Amino acid sequence: MKAVFRRGKQIGLTLFRIVLLALPGVFMVLPVLLLLSGSIMSAQELSDYFRPLWEDTGDYIGWRFLARYPVWDHYVRLLFFTPPFLNAFWNSVKLTAAILLSQLVLSVPAAWGFSVYRFRFSRFLFLVYVVLMLMPFQVTMLSQYIVLNGIGVMNTHLALILPAAFSTFPVFLIYRGFRDLPRELLEAGRIDGAGEWDLFIRIGLPLASGNVLAAGVLGFLEYWNMIEQPLAFLEDLSLWPLSLYLPADAAGQEGIAFAASVILLIPAIFVFLLGRDYLEKGIVASALKE
Amino acid sequence: MKKKKQWRSFAFFVLPGFLGISGFMLLPFLDVIRRSFTAAATGRFVGGDNYARVFENQAFWLAVKNTARFTAVCLPLLLLLGLFCAMLLSDFAQAQFWKSVFLLPMAMPSVTVAMIWKMVFSKGGFLNRFLGASIDYMGTGASFWVLVFSYVWKNLGYTVVLWLAGICSVPKDTTEAARVDGAGWVRVWIFVRLPQLKGVFYTITVLSFLNTFKSFREAYLVAGSYPQEKMYLLSHLFNNWFAALELDKMSAAAVCLALVLLIFVLLFFALFQRGEEA
Repeated sequence: MKAVFRRGKQIGLTLFRIVLLALPGVFMVLPVLLLLSGSIMSAQELSDYFRPLWEDTGDYIGWRFLARYPVWDHYVRLLFFTPPFLNAFWNSVKLTAAILLSQLVLSVPAAWGFSVYRFRFSRFLFLVYVVLMLMPFQVTMLSQYIVLNGIGVMNTHLALILPAAFSTFPVFLIYRGFRDLPRELLEAGRIDGAGEWDLFIRIGLPLASGNVLAAGVLGFLEYWNMIEQPLAFLEDLSLWPLSLYLPADAAGQEGIAFAASVILLIPAIFVFLLGRDYLEKGIVASALKE
Repeated sequence: MKKKKQWRSFAFFVLPGFLGISGFMLLPFLDVIRRSFTAAATGRFVGGDNYARVFENQAFWLAVKNTARFTAVCLPLLLLLGLFCAMLLSDFAQAQFWKSVFLLPMAMPSVTVAMIWKMVFSKGGFLNRFLGASIDYMGTGASFWVLVFSYVWKNLGYTVVLWLAGICSVPKDTTEAARVDGAGWVRVWIFVRLPQLKGVFYTITVLSFLNTFKSFREAYLVAGSYPQEKMYLLSHLFNNWFAALELDKMSAAAVCLALVLLIFVLLFFALFQRGEEA
């Protein structure tokens, strides 16, 4: 009898937790459902729902999570008949790939350097890196502009790639992955005559892989969603990434806007689901604990 | 290892990135400091004039006030709400699933978020439909709270993950020992677990503080360069000065902001270090 009672109490507690968690949880999931359902509604249905939003009818926006007549029109129009959209999509792919690759090449060795060679200057420099990592774009915007303008790459993709390539955040994150570096192993390797580069390749790279992926996932979510940089450094709209692409005035274009949002969201969700564990690991590793 | 060799190896690994960082951030920032004391048009030394003009600027004080208010509201709210959710999730079998749900907004691109905010917070939007009201949330002082909601929504996930990581790192035998000594659920939390979460607390605070600057994205995409007054943040100000090429005012303001942030970060590091030793 007592056991049954305890079991009942436990189930009750679990239900209580689920209800409390679902309250904020609903708000996290609903936007995705809203987008998915809206992207396959006909333009007519959408304009019915949206009318109260654009015209002051005193009425409210309506919604059905299952479209009356599901259509693929918006996707087809975007993907096959809207060249600027595809162009923006490829701009995003190109920018994100270039930034992540260059960050990888630069930050893994740097992180290794900081964790293996510890002396006063290297520790100080690392602190400088951490402070830089924490500065928001608004603080560095003018400095970046001065250089980018000086070397004549304003209004090109390089203006976004170059500063981001030297971001110190991935260095910091990967450095955290070397925290439990077996120092005896390094010494043993040196006695056996291995060079510093060999040690990096043989010991460093395998050790780094987890946090490199974490940096990759966090970086992808960040750069796939770039807003401030293209806004400040790119004048030519044909260079803009997808993260800034939406029909200028959404009235009458809702379907297109929904479909564009879903297409923008798909790679992010994909990376998010695949890299969920690494994302979490990255967030925990970015904790500033020394 | 020999000192000279150590330096050489260190330079070999770090120098390529460091050159870029010097070129794109450190050196130009020195130039920004120089510019903050000169006139943009003539390049003549003007002493503290640029700073004086920044401090006389009304938009500057509006932005400072709003940003300060935004931070003062958002940080405690996010920290407490995150802690609450993490407490619910600790020793919970479904923790993994819920963490994913809470992290989902991190993957949502800002343009998409902005569009959904329009559907929810407009005069004819979902919120008014739910409340039966007809308030234009974006056009009144309520716009500030829309921004707060948006910030908490976006940042709650990693806050929960960090709190939870901290909670899990508290050794089980300490809590068990407290329980054996007769401490209840509440007392275990207050006297055993929370004191050990100091480090995580500092981390979340620093990260969340710096993320307040990223709220600009949603604010900008919903309301443009000149949103409702209560939503006008420092980021808007910097962007608008940049667009208007008011580089002398901007360099003075950038130096001020960098200084304030630097003091804030170092102060937190110092506190954090002390918290660690204690």
